[in-house]
Amino acid sequence: MAVEASPDLAAVYAAAPAAADWLVVLPLALCLGGGAVALMLRHRGYQRAFAMGVLAVLVALVALLLARVLADGPVAMTMGRWRPPFGITFAADVFGTSLALVGAVVALLAAVHAGPEVNEAERRYGFYPLLLLLTAGVMGSFLTGDLFNLYVWFEVLLIGAFGLLVIGSERAQVDGTVKYAVLNLVATTVLLIAITALYGLLGTLNMADIPAKVAALEDGAPIGTIAVLFLIAFGMKAAAFPLQAWLPASYHTPRLVVSALFAGLLTKVGVYALLKTLLMLLPAEAGRLSGLVTAIAALTMLTGALGALAQRDLRRLAGYLVISGIGNMLIGLGLGTARALEGAVFYAVHSMLVSTGLFMAAGLAVRFGGTGDLNRLGGLYARRPLVAALFLVPAFAIAGLPPLSGFWPKLILTDAAIASGHGWLAAAVLIAGLLSTLAVGRAWLYAFWRNGAEDAPDDAPPRTLPEPPARRAALALYGPTAVLAAATLLIGLVPGPVFTLASGAAAGLLDPQPYVEAVFGGGTP
Amino acid sequence: METALAGAVALLFAASIYLMLSRHLVRVLIGIAILGNGVNLFIFTVGRLTREVPPFVAAGAEAAAPGIANPLPQALVLTAIVISFAFLAFLLVLGFRAHQELGTDDTLDMRIAEPAADAAPPRGY
Repeated sequence: MAVEASPDLAAVYAAAPAAADWLVVLPLALCLGGGAVALMLRHRGYQRAFAMGVLAVLVALVALLLARVLADGPVAMTMGRWRPPFGITFAADVFGTSLALVGAVVALLAAVHAGPEVNEAERRYGFYPLLLLLTAGVMGSFLTGDLFNLYVWFEVLLIGAFGLLVIGSERAQVDGTVKYAVLNLVATTVLLIAITALYGLLGTLNMADIPAKVAALEDGAPIGTIAVLFLIAFGMKAAAFPLQAWLPASYHTPRLVVSALFAGLLTKVGVYALLKTLLMLLPAEAGRLSGLVTAIAALTMLTGALGALAQRDLRRLAGYLVISGIGNMLIGLGLGTARALEGAVFYAVHSMLVSTGLFMAAGLAVRFGGTGDLNRLGGLYARRPLVAALFLVPAFAIAGLPPLSGFWPKLILTDAAIASGHGWLAAAVLIAGLLSTLAVGRAWLYAFWRNGAEDAPDDAPPRTLPEPPARRAALALYGPTAVLAAATLLIGLVPGPVFTLASGAAAGLLDPQPYVEAVFGGGTP
Repeated sequence: METALAGAVALLFAASIYLMLSRHLVRVLIGIAILGNGVNLFIFTVGRLTREVPPFVAAGAEAAAPGIANPLPQALVLTAIVISFAFLAFLLVLGFRAHQELGTDDTLDMRIAEPAADAAPPRGY
């Protein structure tokens, strides 16, 4: 039997990726592998040390990747040596990698902070494997270059989030998780519908392949419907008005370190995906939705700030402030100018650090004050001045006061709104900032500054409070919160590097050509 | 054929939205299950339906002849089925636990995390 001449395989397969390109997928492999190993170590005391080690290596890897992206432009790798757009592509650009780096840092700090927060039973129940799984989902969402793959990573981070939310199984937690789970699952299903419809229209799922194919569509294609579906799905993930109700319903129920992690990571993944799909993939539709998105941005900012003013629980107050921040980031999408996008990306970096810091500090106040209720807290400044300071820094940063990190993005966003003729939007930024300042200022006065609860007489003996933590536990509790506060102050004083990242990210969103070329290796799609 | 399946997808979506608007958690979960199946059928349909032409490349040819069945939606559907199955399993257990802990499946009565009669925040400054 004659052997048929085999086709030239070199022409069929893409070139093998260079060893350095594996850096794009290493963060995911590390998190997933680390999570699996951590699951096997659940009976060992060093499980937490192992998880912290994995996350520290993750931070180093993503930092290396970011350095490479900044030096050489986007880095891409397509699985299985398929030629793009057929294989599943991972592509790291400045936007995704910057957020991935901050996300990895936040995850590492959360793992450190979790030591005294998570008890032995909860640790054995799988806290650290779930943490690594969640981190894998976040890294995947930031680094993938394929829409269906983005959906899969959203589901990965969602299952990790469900597990972390419900660990402890208190009544309030089960209640909060039901609402979180149902709404987020519906949101990812809407995302899947949008991706499917886009696939039906274009026949491709590769993000680098989509911009050109969308531009070549004939008139009358239902691309506007798809853009709105993306807006609904990611808006729900990002907790944008009017789809924000699940966040204040659930974020105050789990362990405080889990709230801090979620506040830092999850909504920002939604904002990232929203900016990427609408601005990079469907820019014409993003322009058409501009009026709607700016209105949503203003309403989200104001609802968040007003909601924060109406809360008496420190943690729910922090949750509403996270929502208010989402509105600021949506301005970037609504205006679509380079300046507004710089502000939005800067705000995203700032918000990841500050939301986590604020939740951690609120957690410390709850821990040392015995309650999160502003009507019953009081006098913490006298007993724990360090906690009072650690709360004040992220609180003022989230309100946008100089010299902290929140000042710069709000300045840029206000400027961008005025420059593009949206004076009312600039006013909304400032009013929301003022309301946030009032909310956090009142929280700080009530929880820390005043002597005691309102009905307590002035000479009442202080309530019995938890013992001060032992040295190691104190380091784990204060350390990450202090690092986040210091980072906030540092970014506020030296905004240059973050600004460079933000302008690189904005340029990448507005002009996808370098991204497309990196994925297709310079060849034609 | 695509039109008929699109109609079926629409029916599934409508039924699932109707169920998800219910106050009762069990109906919401059934709605989510139906929504997942509707999406799976949707993925299958947008890949265009082709009968009895397997996606093989003939010997000696460089590419498959036109008109083959599209294998990609089937891979996507498979992934989506696995994911929605896992999530449904989790949600069912969660719903059961919620019923045990909270004693109700009526979402209007699930006010542990957000108490209905919550005292006002401090009024002064």
